[in-house]
Amino acid sequence: MADTLGTTVEEPLDLIRLSLDERIFVKLRGDRELRGKLHAYDQHLNMILGDVTETHTVVEIDEETFEEIVKPVKREIDMLFVRGDSVILVAPPIRT
Amino acid sequence: TCFFFSFFKTLVGHTIIVELKNDLIIEGVLHAVDQYLNLKLRNISVHDEDKYPHMISVKNCFIRGSVVRYVQIPKDHVDVPLLQDSARLEAKQLKEASKH
Repeated sequence: MADTLGTTVEEPLDLIRLSLDERIFVKLRGDRELRGKLHAYDQHLNMILGDVTETHTVVEIDEETFEEIVKPVKREIDMLFVRGDSVILVAPPIRT
Repeated sequence: TCFFFSFFKTLVGHTIIVELKNDLIIEGVLHAVDQYLNLKLRNISVHDEDKYPHMISVKNCFIRGSVVRYVQIPKDHVDVPLLQDSARLEAKQLKEASKH
């Protein structure tokens, strides 16, 4: 396969390359998820995302009933560097 | 192969907000960065100081790169098309290097 422009897709990192300038979904450690536009990445999966929403899922325990209350907490950030060692997966946006 | 190292060097002198993996959030001026993305911040202030009073008297700090979760950067600092093209180029160079 000719590779003059680096456009052949062979390995997983190539799939991420295809997502540059696209919105993606990123699952992170610590029950966190990001949705934002991918501007840059490297082989460690360090990334820069723009117009990001972080959804952090928190489990609260009711003092009286002791029931677990699961709730998502959202945050918006204009431009975010994400360190790769927190990343679990990268995908096109999942509609929930 | 030091793409983000170069990127962070462009942020030296700018104010950034670093979120650590222990949930501590520190705002400060980026003074220095190295190949491991260790950071030196000056004139720091901790977000939610009442919850994290450990650093009230701390002005400058060194942060080990591995404990960082996020760095919030000023949107207008980033030249988006340039960054994307640089990332594409970096990815291509890495691939060429691993083939030969």
